[in-house]
Amino acid sequence: MKFAIQVNEGPYQHQAADSAYQFTKAALEKGHEIFRVFFYHDGVNNATKLTTPPQDDRNIVNRWSELAEQHNLDMVVCVAAAQRRGIVDEGEAKRNGKDAENIAPGFRISGLGQLVEAGIQADRLVVFGD
Amino acid sequence: MSILHTVNKSPYEKNSLDSCLSLAKEGSAVLLIEDGVYAALKGAAKEPRMKEAAQKIKLYVLGPDLKARGMAEDRVIEGVEIVDYAGFVDLAATHDKVNAWL
Repeated sequence: MKFAIQVNEGPYQHQAADSAYQFTKAALEKGHEIFRVFFYHDGVNNATKLTTPPQDDRNIVNRWSELAEQHNLDMVVCVAAAQRRGIVDEGEAKRNGKDAENIAPGFRISGLGQLVEAGIQADRLVVFGD
Repeated sequence: MSILHTVNKSPYEKNSLDSCLSLAKEGSAVLLIEDGVYAALKGAAKEPRMKEAAQKIKLYVLGPDLKARGMAEDRVIEGVEIVDYAGFVDLAATHDKVNAWL
């Protein structure tokens, strides 16, 4: 079965980011397909590579990147939410005159159309938020 | 059409569980996750409401979230089934839609 996942909350703020990760991982382990993981609202903060949590804590951002690499996940960050919160890739940095980018590996910045498409293409859309 | 409803807030904090239970149709399922698991506590104020709901709705609670809150499985109201994340995935797959009561 094809699942799409929506994440509305940032890491270390609310359990939603953890729940979404655990669900995604469990679905992949059961042989399901993850069509896309869409990061919306504060969920875009899951995509900054500048986080450095203590070594004995889970690294939520790296955990997503590793899962994406292992399973070739499509992880999309909403561009409007990302611009507000300072999540920037190279293209966005250039376009908006910023001197740095901070998007973590495996994430890409795109528009809300990607969420609509995921809702249409996937058999189930599962939402995690506050 | 059957829907899996997820509730992630304690019923003592928000009324999303009550809204969900009053609107969920017969034959649908409710899965308590995150702080929503407090609704599954035996002997608590919400027990009668949960038992009433269990007559027409299938009730589930996420085991890892119970454990994270120090709630032993024997403290869960009878009729509420404990599932793990794999069980959550199965529930999402076997119902036609998943609706999160955020």
